[in-house]
Amino acid sequence: MRGGADRRDWSGLLFVLPFLTAYLIILIYPLLSGMALSFQRVDLFGGGRFVGFDNYARLFADETFVRSVLNTFALALMIVPLLTVIALSLALALNRATRGAAVFRGVFFSSSVLSVTIVTLIWRFVLAPDAGLLGETAQAIGAEPIPFLSHPTWSLWALAITTIWWSVGLPMMLFLAGLQQIPGDVYEAAALDRASRWTTFWRVTLPALRRTLVLVVMLQTAAQLQIFGQAQLLTGGGPGGSTRTMVLFIFESAFARWELGYATAAAEILFLLIVLITLTQYVTTMRASEGEDGR
Amino acid sequence: MASLELSDIRKSYGATAVLDGVSLTMEAREFIAFLGPSGSGKSTLLRIIAGLETLDGGEVRLDGRRIDQVPPGDRGVAMVFQHYALYPHMSVRENMAFGLRNVGVPRDEIERRVADAARVLEIEVHLDKKPGQMSGGQRQRVAIGRAIVKHPKLFLLDEPLSNLDAALRMRTRIELAQIRSRVDAAFIMVTHDQAEAMTLADRIVVMNDRKIQQVGPPMEIYSRPANTFVARFVGSPAMTLAPVELVPDDGLYARVRLGDGAEIETRVPRSELPAGGTLQIGLRPESVAVAANGAATTQAKVELVERLGERTLVYARLSDNRAITAEDEGYSRVNVGDTVGLRIDGAAAHLFDAEERGYHAEARPE
Ligand SMILES: Nc1ncnc2c1ncn2[C@@H]1O[C@H](COP(=O)(O)OP(=O)(O)OP(=O)(O)O)[C@@H](O)[C@H]1O
Ligand SMILES: [Mg+2]
Repeated sequence: MRGGADRRDWSGLLFVLPFLTAYLIILIYPLLSGMALSFQRVDLFGGGRFVGFDNYARLFADETFVRSVLNTFALALMIVPLLTVIALSLALALNRATRGAAVFRGVFFSSSVLSVTIVTLIWRFVLAPDAGLLGETAQAIGAEPIPFLSHPTWSLWALAITTIWWSVGLPMMLFLAGLQQIPGDVYEAAALDRASRWTTFWRVTLPALRRTLVLVVMLQTAAQLQIFGQAQLLTGGGPGGSTRTMVLFIFESAFARWELGYATAAAEILFLLIVLITLTQYVTTMRASEGEDGR
Repeated sequence: MASLELSDIRKSYGATAVLDGVSLTMEAREFIAFLGPSGSGKSTLLRIIAGLETLDGGEVRLDGRRIDQVPPGDRGVAMVFQHYALYPHMSVRENMAFGLRNVGVPRDEIERRVADAARVLEIEVHLDKKPGQMSGGQRQRVAIGRAIVKHPKLFLLDEPLSNLDAALRMRTRIELAQIRSRVDAAFIMVTHDQAEAMTLADRIVVMNDRKIQQVGPPMEIYSRPANTFVARFVGSPAMTLAPVELVPDDGLYARVRLGDGAEIETRVPRSELPAGGTLQIGLRPESVAVAANGAATTQAKVELVERLGERTLVYARLSDNRAITAEDEGYSRVNVGDTVGLRIDGAAAHLFDAEERGYHAEARPE
């Protein structure tokens, strides 16, 4: 009997083996070897030398790195709430079965398909203070154009706006899917209960979207903490390092200064930060939401 | 005073007409059941009254006030949905209080009403649960409670019992009858189920084919169906319909001949029938009895025997191949393939003319 049970266990494992192998090779192995690398001093020629926590100690003393952490947090705080609210508003506005709504859903989703290069190119045309769309408009009405790409704070906003425009499609679709799950008769009951649109939104729609909301915020936080392409292409981290993000810092350390161990240590810190933040979000929001399934 | 008045309601979805000139007047505190086959527009009519559906024409009045352009929440009606439609993220208490809070009923008044309703419906111990933690029957009570606390003038119930199992259905039916006697409001209930309609309603509205086919108290619907549709739709098993010929004589009542030659003396006044045109006879199973040859009106060959315990249903064919349903006692000795005698009670027979209009025996003197 025991032998039979054992055999069954093993045959089960066999089915997941292909996936498991790929998972080990392309995810777990790099993760572990990255960790190992972060404790070494490595340059391109010659092997690594074990230096313990030296890389980490240097990172915390490195002003450029600390600045990039703060920039990244600032960007995530600017992007995630705004992006969530905009995606939710779009979903609410476009959650209807008309042809027009279908067209607009497609339009708003289409930006997600573009590569980051094209997105930054488009926004360069819009934001450039001298020849861009906003600059021209400002000049036409006689106002001073906003220095979107050369002022430290404004250039952070330039990154945020570009990112929001680029990534609004997926969260909008997630919210739309969530909205479709809400049965229509609950809204009819609310109408008979004389709930205003505002009350209906807060008491019926939003609670039903809670899980989607948590998902969107977690996905976006994890994604925006890794913001890179826009920063590199739109502002190059400038002016004066005001838009250098963590991944940009990692990229520069690794592929401009060839300090692989140092860069990997920064990457490990980013990894830990993302895990910690999203986990905290998950735990705090998912608690106290039991018994809400079914109607 | 009339509570609800519908006049000439019309509604179509695109090119398909769903309701075509529906009119109805309800008495105060009356309980009306909408009965009809699937797709006959029962829910649509209910939703028009609730304001969840627009109408293309006609008027809806409640207690004299015209309400067809008033938003659903301001009409003084409460609805119990077929799938309950409770708010999943609110507790039972909040579900019931929601509508009251939205119109600014004072807090202690809300609490009193919720407590009253919870006591009547025996859901006091569940007040702090979420709907997801309750059984179907309990949710149904919450849905009814949510309607009761609003003290509406009119309750609208869309198949309120159809999601419950047979035992719970019976119990809830009785409870509905009790609630009904306690509150000062009129009720409309949509149902597929004749037994529900017959037991709960003061009057039944039979709907089919975009129109109201007949309105009347349950026994009148059963014993004096206005047309062949009502005759066949109400009653189980369905009434037997068979073409007959009028036997020409000068009696007071119509005498008709079945296809197999048997003659039946009905109690339908001959003077009421249209001159000429074809006729059909309508016979309920209980007015066709299996009988010994001497007392039999005609003979039939048995095709199916259904033993229900207290009685037996006999499905048979007359010699002209017409199907007929008869009744026999519980311990019937009839077997499939037998040829049996049938005694047809002419006094209980119905006649239908070429337009399918019904003619019935003169009302029996009480
Ligand atoms: N939103 C709609 N769009 C188009 N047609 C509809 C719509 N709602 C209902 N109908 C049609 O109207 C007719 C009546 O529907 P209704 O729901 O009132 O029937 P019902 O009598 O309640 O049936 P059931 O007993 O199955 O609930 C049906 O033929 C249905 O197809
Ligand atoms: Mg219906």
